[in-house]
Amino acid sequence: MKKITFSVYRYNPDVDAKPRMQDYTLEMEENQDMMVLEALIKLKEQDPSLAFRRSCREGVCGSDGFNMNGKNGLGCITSVSSLKSNKIVVRPLPGLPVIRDLIVDMEQFYHQYERVKPYLINDSKTPPAREHLQSPEERAKLDGLYECILCACCSTSCPSFWWNPDKFVGPAGLLHAYRFLADSRDTATEQRLDELDDAFSVFRCHGIMNCVNVCPKGLNPTKAIGHIKSMLLSRAV
Amino acid sequence: MVKVASTFGRSGTHDYVLLRASAVILATYLLFLVSFLVATPNLTFEVWTGLFGNLWMKVYTLLALTGLLVHGWIGIWQVLTDYVKNSLGRGVLQFIVSVALIVYWLVGLFVLWGV
Ligand code: SF4
Ligand code: SF4
Repeated sequence: MKKITFSVYRYNPDVDAKPRMQDYTLEMEENQDMMVLEALIKLKEQDPSLAFRRSCREGVCGSDGFNMNGKNGLGCITSVSSLKSNKIVVRPLPGLPVIRDLIVDMEQFYHQYERVKPYLINDSKTPPAREHLQSPEERAKLDGLYECILCACCSTSCPSFWWNPDKFVGPAGLLHAYRFLADSRDTATEQRLDELDDAFSVFRCHGIMNCVNVCPKGLNPTKAIGHIKSMLLSRAV
Repeated sequence: MVKVASTFGRSGTHDYVLLRASAVILATYLLFLVSFLVATPNLTFEVWTGLFGNLWMKVYTLLALTGLLVHGWIGIWQVLTDYVKNSLGRGVLQFIVSVALIVYWLVGLFVLWGV
């Protein structure tokens, strides 16, 4: 048997004056491994007051984004062994207001997502009778963009989003913005670019690439942001 | 769209281009000065004033000072909007920095004039 210590961020605004870290121990077989989410569920059996979000438990829904040993990720697909430590520190995603324990208020994150109009806009006068067709090449441009599950691991690891969550769209929102800018069926390219062309929305990205480092889906928001910047630049010159 | 009056240029893209362009000017100016100093082991007052007496050097220096003004203005504004959340405090700091940058530019102009 081996003992793993979990130090978990606890905060219940109804009773706690300020947040604290609480230690738990979990016993595991020598060669046993489990996902952090599974461990948290076991800790919740010890202490039912521990609160966190989870749903699909297989990296599809994006509910259980946490900061584990300093790095954002999904609890359900991050194994305890991959953290290579007998002490695991679990905190809520950084930068967002904490509702309770590991549960954060995602309002600002969703607001920025909403701002980029994450839906197809097509106001062409003669809509096709059945559907908007795309060539395989046009469709391929959306790969690496549409897979985002909005877990917020990227935006909450981005310093630019920490400092200006009300003005900087953040990596997740910008990935979606580019997903529609790159879509051959979308006709609102100019309006979309107009709405991003201020000093904050896109240009607060300084290419730190924390977003790329943490995305559990292996997506590359920095690259998408680079494409948006080039579209804005080529429009300006 | 986010609208913030204190940007330097017309739009986010404009600020971005100004920031990069001024960075290029400043970098070449710095490289030039350093290579000049390395290539001139015996630096006398005559050599130094001779350099700045050239018309092209005056223009280049003025360009670099303008680059410094633009780069400093936008760059410091970006840093302050990240880290100083109190708008009055940020306004005061931005004012001080902007005034200093304008003073550098003017002093530079008069110094060049006098060479
Ligand atoms: S590359 Fe841009 S969006 Fe990604 S973490 Fe860095 S600043 Fe944020
Ligand atoms: S880009 Fe990746 S890290 Fe960011 S919200 Fe989407 S899936 Fe999560």
